[in-house]
Amino acid sequence: MNDMTPTREQRSAALEGMGCKRKRVEDIRFTQGKGNYVDDVKLPGMLHGDFVRSPHPHARVKKIDDSEALKVPGVLAVITAETLKTVNLAWMPTLAGDVQMVLADGKVLFQNQEVAFVVATDRYAADDGINKVIVEYEPLPPLVDPFKSMDPDAPVLREDLAGKTSGAHGPRKHHNHIFEWTVGDKELTDAAFNKADVKIKEMIAYHRTHPSPLETCQCVCSFDKIKGELTIYGTFQAPHVIRTVVALIAKLPEQKIHVIAPDIGGGFGNKVGAYPGYICAAVASIVTGKPVKWVEDRIENLTATSFARDYHMTTEIAATKDGKVTGLRVHVLADHGAFDACADPSKWPAGFFNIVTGSYDFPTAHLAVDGVYTNKAPGGVAYRCSFRVTEAAYCIERAMDILAQKLNMDPAELRLKNFIKPEQFPYHSALGWEYDSGDYHTAMRKMMETTGYAALRKEQAEKREAFKRGETREIMGLGISFFTEIVGAGPSKNCDILGIAMFDSCEIRMHPTGAGIARMGTKSQGQGHETTWAQIIATEIGIPADNIMVEEGNTDTAPYGLGTYGSRSTPVAGAAIAMAARKIKAKAQMIAAYKLEVHEDDLEFDIDGFRVKGLPEKFMSMKDICWAAYNSVPPGMEPGLEAVSYYDPPNMTYPFGAYLCVMDIDVDTGVYKVRRFYALDDCGTRINPMIIEGQVHGGLTEAFAIAMGQEIRYDETGNVVTGSFMDFFMPTAVETPHWETDFTVTPSPHHPIGAKGVGESPNVGGVPAFSNAVNDAFSFLGSTHIQMPHDFWRNWKAAKDLGAVV
Amino acid sequence: MIPGSFSYHRPASVADAVKLLSDLGEDARPLAGGHSLVPMMKLRLATPAHLVDLHGIAALKGIRRDGSNLVIGAMTTQHELLASGDVATTMPILHEAALLIADPQVRYRGTIGGNVANGDPGNDMPALMMTLGASYRLEGPGGTRDVAAADFYQGAYFTALEPGEILTSVSVPVPAAGHGYAYEKLKRKVGDYATAAAAVVLTMSGGKVATCSIGLTNVHETPLLAVDAAKAAIGTSLDAATLKKAAAAAEAIMAPAADARGPVEYRKHVGGIMVARALQRAAAVAK
Repeated sequence: MNDMTPTREQRSAALEGMGCKRKRVEDIRFTQGKGNYVDDVKLPGMLHGDFVRSPHPHARVKKIDDSEALKVPGVLAVITAETLKTVNLAWMPTLAGDVQMVLADGKVLFQNQEVAFVVATDRYAADDGINKVIVEYEPLPPLVDPFKSMDPDAPVLREDLAGKTSGAHGPRKHHNHIFEWTVGDKELTDAAFNKADVKIKEMIAYHRTHPSPLETCQCVCSFDKIKGELTIYGTFQAPHVIRTVVALIAKLPEQKIHVIAPDIGGGFGNKVGAYPGYICAAVASIVTGKPVKWVEDRIENLTATSFARDYHMTTEIAATKDGKVTGLRVHVLADHGAFDACADPSKWPAGFFNIVTGSYDFPTAHLAVDGVYTNKAPGGVAYRCSFRVTEAAYCIERAMDILAQKLNMDPAELRLKNFIKPEQFPYHSALGWEYDSGDYHTAMRKMMETTGYAALRKEQAEKREAFKRGETREIMGLGISFFTEIVGAGPSKNCDILGIAMFDSCEIRMHPTGAGIARMGTKSQGQGHETTWAQIIATEIGIPADNIMVEEGNTDTAPYGLGTYGSRSTPVAGAAIAMAARKIKAKAQMIAAYKLEVHEDDLEFDIDGFRVKGLPEKFMSMKDICWAAYNSVPPGMEPGLEAVSYYDPPNMTYPFGAYLCVMDIDVDTGVYKVRRFYALDDCGTRINPMIIEGQVHGGLTEAFAIAMGQEIRYDETGNVVTGSFMDFFMPTAVETPHWETDFTVTPSPHHPIGAKGVGESPNVGGVPAFSNAVNDAFSFLGSTHIQMPHDFWRNWKAAKDLGAVV
Repeated sequence: MIPGSFSYHRPASVADAVKLLSDLGEDARPLAGGHSLVPMMKLRLATPAHLVDLHGIAALKGIRRDGSNLVIGAMTTQHELLASGDVATTMPILHEAALLIADPQVRYRGTIGGNVANGDPGNDMPALMMTLGASYRLEGPGGTRDVAAADFYQGAYFTALEPGEILTSVSVPVPAAGHGYAYEKLKRKVGDYATAAAAVVLTMSGGKVATCSIGLTNVHETPLLAVDAAKAAIGTSLDAATLKKAAAAAEAIMAPAADARGPVEYRKHVGGIMVARALQRAAAVAK
C-alpha cells in the first residue's frame, strides 16, 4: 500500500467537521482591523443624522423651534413628529404588539427620548444643530417605581391608550397596565400550598440592565428615487424581519427593500428590534434623496435602545418537610418602561418565562405576569438569553437556595432530590413545556466531584466558626446554579414574529471544483457562524470546511430566516443546514451510483465520498461528484448540485448546566474575590469545542458583570444615572475571574445533529451562581435574600444590616 | 458625544504658550493628556474656543534630580514616570500609585502636570504630592512662582492657577532613605476613580512611627492631608487602638459625595480602612 494514502482518521481530520476545534475563519479579518462594520460604510454624498433628546423623564412638549438650528452651516433638515406625520410614521409598531413614538408626539415619556432628528453634512454639524434646537417642555410628575404604577392616582403615561381597556395580550386593569399573562393550574397550586409542610416566599428582583454591545446600534439608509428602492445597512440580528417590518410600515414593495447586515460587533439582543434611528434615517434619505447615516453613541445606547430584565418576581415554593417540592407560585411585576418594545415571539408577552419550574419536577405551578408602564426607556430584550429565560432561571435557582436554607438542607442535595429524572424525558412541565432530553443527576454529580464540593462545604463551615471567633473578617460563599434553558424558537405551532413562523433556512450551492457557498437566514454577531456552519456541512457531505464559504446578512441573496438571538441559530438554522446538506448528499449519491455503475442502495457514505459496499476500491469522492454534477449526471437528472431547506423545528431544545461559584467577601469593605468558577454545560452535540469554550467565557463574563454591579439605574426623579461605562459596570480582563469549563453530552433527540445551542447558557446559568454565592456567604449571619447587584458597597451594607460591621 | 468647533494651537515654548493663553483669555484651555478635558468637550460640558496643546514644548518633559528634590516636567507621562529608575528607587510610592492609574493606554497619554493641575478630586497624584510635600512651579504672564501642593487646591476644579498660568513642573523632596510608604486605593474596576484612597509616607524608629504624612484621594472636593490622623500615628507602634484612632481622625475630615461607588457613610468607612491598611503596609516596608 502506498504510504501516502491517507488513513480514515486523516481524511476525517482534513474535513475539519463537527467536533473539531477549528480556528475561527472570521478572526483573520477581525484581528487585523479589516472587518466591515456599518460605520465603515461610506456612500457618496452621505449625510449624518443625530437626535435631540429629552432631558425630562415625563413632560409635555409645548414647542420645538428649529429656526436657529437650520442656520448652522451644514444643517439641512430638522425632522420632528410633525414631519413624520406627513408620511404616517410618527409612531411605529413594536414587536410586542404596542406602538412606540418615533419622535416625541406631544409628550416625552423617558429621559433621552428622541425628540427631533437633525440631518447635516457631517456629524459635527449635526451635533451643532442639536444644540440650537430649542424645545419648550412642561414637566409632568415622573413614574419611576413599578410598584406604584397601578396606584389609583398614578400619573397617566400613555395618553394615546386612553379608553383602551384591552391591549395586544388581553384586558388592561389600569391606565399604566399593559397585560396580565397567566399560565398553569391555579386551583391545584393553591391546594398544594394549603397542604404543604414547608413554604417559602420571597420577592426576588432581577434589576434593569443593558446588553451594551461594543458596537452600538447604527444604520445607513439610502433611497434611490429613480428606482424607488431603499437600501439599509444596519446592525441587524434579524435582517429579513427588518425588511418585512419596513415593507409593512413604510408601504414600500418588499422586493425594493435591500437590507444588508455587514459585520456586527456584538448584539446580545440589543439589535433585534427596530429603533427610531432607523425610521428617521430612512425618512431623511427619502426626503433628501441622499444616503443618511445614524450612529448611536454609548450614552444613547445605554439610555435609549433596549434595556433588559427589570422583573420583580414574588416567588413561593411549597414542599414536604423532607424537601420534595410540591408546588410553585410566581407573580412577576414586569417594568417595560414607556412602550412595550420587548422582542419576544408575538404570542409571548413574557417570553418563555414559564420555564420557571427549571430543572425540577414540580407537580403543579402557577404563574402570573403583570406588565406595566413607567417613565423609563423601552425594551425588555433578551440580553444573551432566550426570551425572559435568564429571569426565570435566576428566580427558581435563588428560590431553591432559599428553600434549602429553610429546610436546613444542602442546596445540592435539595436539587438532586427534585431533579427531573432521566427516564422522565420527554418531560411535560407543569407550565406547559416538553423538555426534550436531559441527564441532570450526572451533570450535577460531575460538578460536585470535580470541584470537591464536600471539601469546600467543610472549609466554609470552619471559616464561619473562625469568623464568629473574630479570627477573620472574610466570609465564604458557594453558589450553585443548575439551570435548564429553553432555546431554539421556534416551532411554528407556538412561535411567530408579526405572523411569520420562526423557521430558519439554508441554501447550499456546490461548485464544480468541490467548493461551495452556503447562505443562511441567521446573522452572526460574533458567534462564529462562518466557522461552525461550514463544519456541519463538512461532516454531512464530506467536503473540507475550508472549501465552504458561509454568507449571511444580505436579504437579496440569503434565504428568508428569522435571524440570530435566543440561541436559535444552532437549533433552527443548524438543523436547516444539516437538512440542506442531506439533500445535496442524496443527489450526490445518485450521481455516484451512475458513475460507479451500481445501484444507489449498494453505496455507503464514507467520510468524504461514496464507496460500493464490499468493494472498498470502488470509491468516488465528493469532490469528483461535484465535477460530475456539472457534466455527467444520470439521464433525466437536472445538472448542478444545490439545495435549500427551510426548517420548522418540531420542538425547542433544552440545554442545561451545573455551575459552581466559590467566593470570598471582606465584610469591612464589601470587596469580593471569585476564587473559583466551574461551569459544566450540556448543549447536546458539540460542533466546535473551542467556540463553545469562547462562548461560555463571554457569557460568564456578562453574568459576572450583571450579578456583581451592572445595572441601569434611575433616581427617584427619573434621571438615568448609569449612562456611561464609568458607572455602568463593564468588567475588563483584570476584574474578570478565571473560568473552568466542562461538559456532558446529552443530544437533542429531535434535532438532525443533536445540537441544542450554547451561546446564552452561561449568562442564564451564571447570574444565579454568582448571586447564590453572595447569598450563601451571608446566610449564616441570618439573611435569607439579598437583592442584586452585589457590588462592593451593597455587600458592605448587607454585612452592616446583619450586624457584622459596626 | 461630538465636540463643538475650536481652534488648535501648538506653541513650541512655555513663553509662547503663556502668551497664547493670556491673549486668548478665558476661551482658551491648555491641553495636556486630554483625559479630563476631551471627554468634557465631547459632552459639550466644556466648550473652549481655543486649545493650546503643550505637546510641542520640549522643556516640559523629563525627570531630573535637583539637589534633594526630583523635578518632574509637567508633560511627563504616567508611563514615563513608571519607566523612571530615579522615581522607582527614591520615591517608590509614586511608582506604585502610577500603576493604579487606569490602564497602559491611559498612562501613555496622561501626564503628571495634567493630573495635578486639573483640580479633579478623583485624580490620584494630588494627594500623593501633598503627602510628599511637593511644590508646583507655575509660569504665567506675571512671571514664575512656586506653590506648595498643600496650598494649591481650593475646591473641585478650582486651584491656585491664575488666568494665563501654566503648571510647568512638580518638585518633590526625596523622602528619607528607608522610609515606609503605601497607597491603598479601593476602586470598582480598572480605570475607575477611587471609592476612597489613602497615601502614607512614614519613617520608623525603634519600632515606633517617627514621622508620618497621610494624604486622602476622592473623599472631599479637594485632596486632603490628614494631619490629625498622622499625629495619632506618630510615636506609636501602630497597635489596633492607634489604627482605629487614626482612621477615625481621617474620617472626621472626609466629606465625599454619594455616588455609584456608594453612599457617604460607606465611602468614609472604607476611607478609614484605607488609612489603617496604608499605615500598616507602610510600617511593614520601612527599614
